[in-house]
Amino acid sequence: MDKYIEMIRIRFLMMLAYRTNYYTGILIYSINIGAYYFLWNAIYGGKSEIEGLSAVQMTTYVAVAWMARAFYFNNIDREMATEIKEGKVAVELIRPYSYLGMKTMQGLGEGIFRLFFFSVPGMVIVALIFPMEFSADAATWGLFAISIVLSFFINTQLNLLTGITTFFLYNNTGLIRAKRVLIDLFSGLLLPISFFPGWAQEIMRFLPFQGISYIPSMIFTNGFTGSQVVEGLLLQAVWVLILVVPIQILWVIAKKQLIIQGG
Amino acid sequence: MFYISMFFQYVAQYMKTRLEYRADLIVEIFSDLLFQAVNLIFILVVFDHTEFLNGWSRDEIIFIYGFFLVPYALFSSFFNIWDFNERYIVKGELDRILTRPIHSLFQIILERMELESLFGAVTGLAVMFYAGSRLGLEVSWSDPFLFVLFVLGGVLVYAGIFVMIACISFWADARTSIMPMMYNIGNYGRYPVDIYNKAIRFVLTWILPFAFVGVYPAAYFLGRDEWYGYSFLTPVIGLVFFSLSVFIWNEGVKRYRGAGN
Repeated sequence: MDKYIEMIRIRFLMMLAYRTNYYTGILIYSINIGAYYFLWNAIYGGKSEIEGLSAVQMTTYVAVAWMARAFYFNNIDREMATEIKEGKVAVELIRPYSYLGMKTMQGLGEGIFRLFFFSVPGMVIVALIFPMEFSADAATWGLFAISIVLSFFINTQLNLLTGITTFFLYNNTGLIRAKRVLIDLFSGLLLPISFFPGWAQEIMRFLPFQGISYIPSMIFTNGFTGSQVVEGLLLQAVWVLILVVPIQILWVIAKKQLIIQGG
Repeated sequence: MFYISMFFQYVAQYMKTRLEYRADLIVEIFSDLLFQAVNLIFILVVFDHTEFLNGWSRDEIIFIYGFFLVPYALFSSFFNIWDFNERYIVKGELDRILTRPIHSLFQIILERMELESLFGAVTGLAVMFYAGSRLGLEVSWSDPFLFVLFVLGGVLVYAGIFVMIACISFWADARTSIMPMMYNIGNYGRYPVDIYNKAIRFVLTWILPFAFVGVYPAAYFLGRDEWYGYSFLTPVIGLVFFSLSVFIWNEGVKRYRGAGN
């Protein structure tokens, strides 16, 4: 266990070393959220609410969705692809830790860094400039915290899956990009799932993506109430468990057919 | 002349390597299409809930998006320098480039081109024609020429901004996450900039002039005469930003000392 916590710490310190990264990060996240704020205000026009969300709730939703993304988002898939392509994965495999577990911990280190150095200061700036609605309820914050941890796991598991496919496809830049675009749309980052037409919502209910962004953001903006919150969290937890299966299966097959060229 | 023949030789090599990995090529074209579809879906879903965006109709917004896709496709085919820092500075690849008798930026453009992105221009045109016909727009004899001029202007705006960001690596040795987020900011030029407040509109017009890749030139074809002044500025802004970026690039290369080895 110690070695995994050490992984989180090392990755956190690595992120800290690139100083320009976090000044620009905060600035750019704020500009991004700002632009969405105006876009959504124009979309609302004079309407008081769309699909049960008021204009203020909607802008809060967008801000929280992007700030949460800083935490759950990572480039583990791309890192794995490079390590596999360059053959470095062979060395990783003989080291005394689980490769996938180690990658997850690195992602977590990155996420924790971005949470404290992008999301929190960025949120303060955004909340000063634009009207947002933050819940004063400690329970909401607690549930939101649980929810984004689960988001992190779902997203990271999907990244691991995409990363493992490099063993079979050799070059999967296209696939990585396609996955990212799909997650942005289906996770509810760009648009709350409730805005989509009914048939599309039906399909998305059976996909793991809404556990990444829609559920935590709805919990935070109080768009979900009572049993909906519990159902949302349960759905996330179930997906975390389900996704373990294909990862393990693919991993076993991948290791068997691994061919290291040179090195 | 030398540069032109160089260009075609690189294109020929590129085709060969690409056709070698056909499956990957198809996935990449597919992921581009997916990206374009996601943006279109965003517009469609939003207009399920509202009639107008500050006086702009759904089809007008779709038309602007279609226009935007054309310069964007050209940009992403030839100015694929988002990983410039990691590839060329950190790994020291720039040393190799600098020993050759062709302008360094031109070589990097050739090395990193991704011609399959050109496919996006086709979808862009299709989207434009779809929206244009629903709006009943008429095409006059000058429109194709202006279209080409505006598209080139837009490409130069995009290229100028991204080359300048790549230049940061010459001065600051740090890895930055500016590049990926800049792609997001580029998207805001697609929406009518009058929905933003003055500060953001100013940024999108004069500092990071992404509005010249989408809404300003498209406004001309939509017959929004109050924006014509901006529409015709497109090639000018493009030239200014791109020249500036090449100038900064040349200064940066002078400062470059090489890493490692």
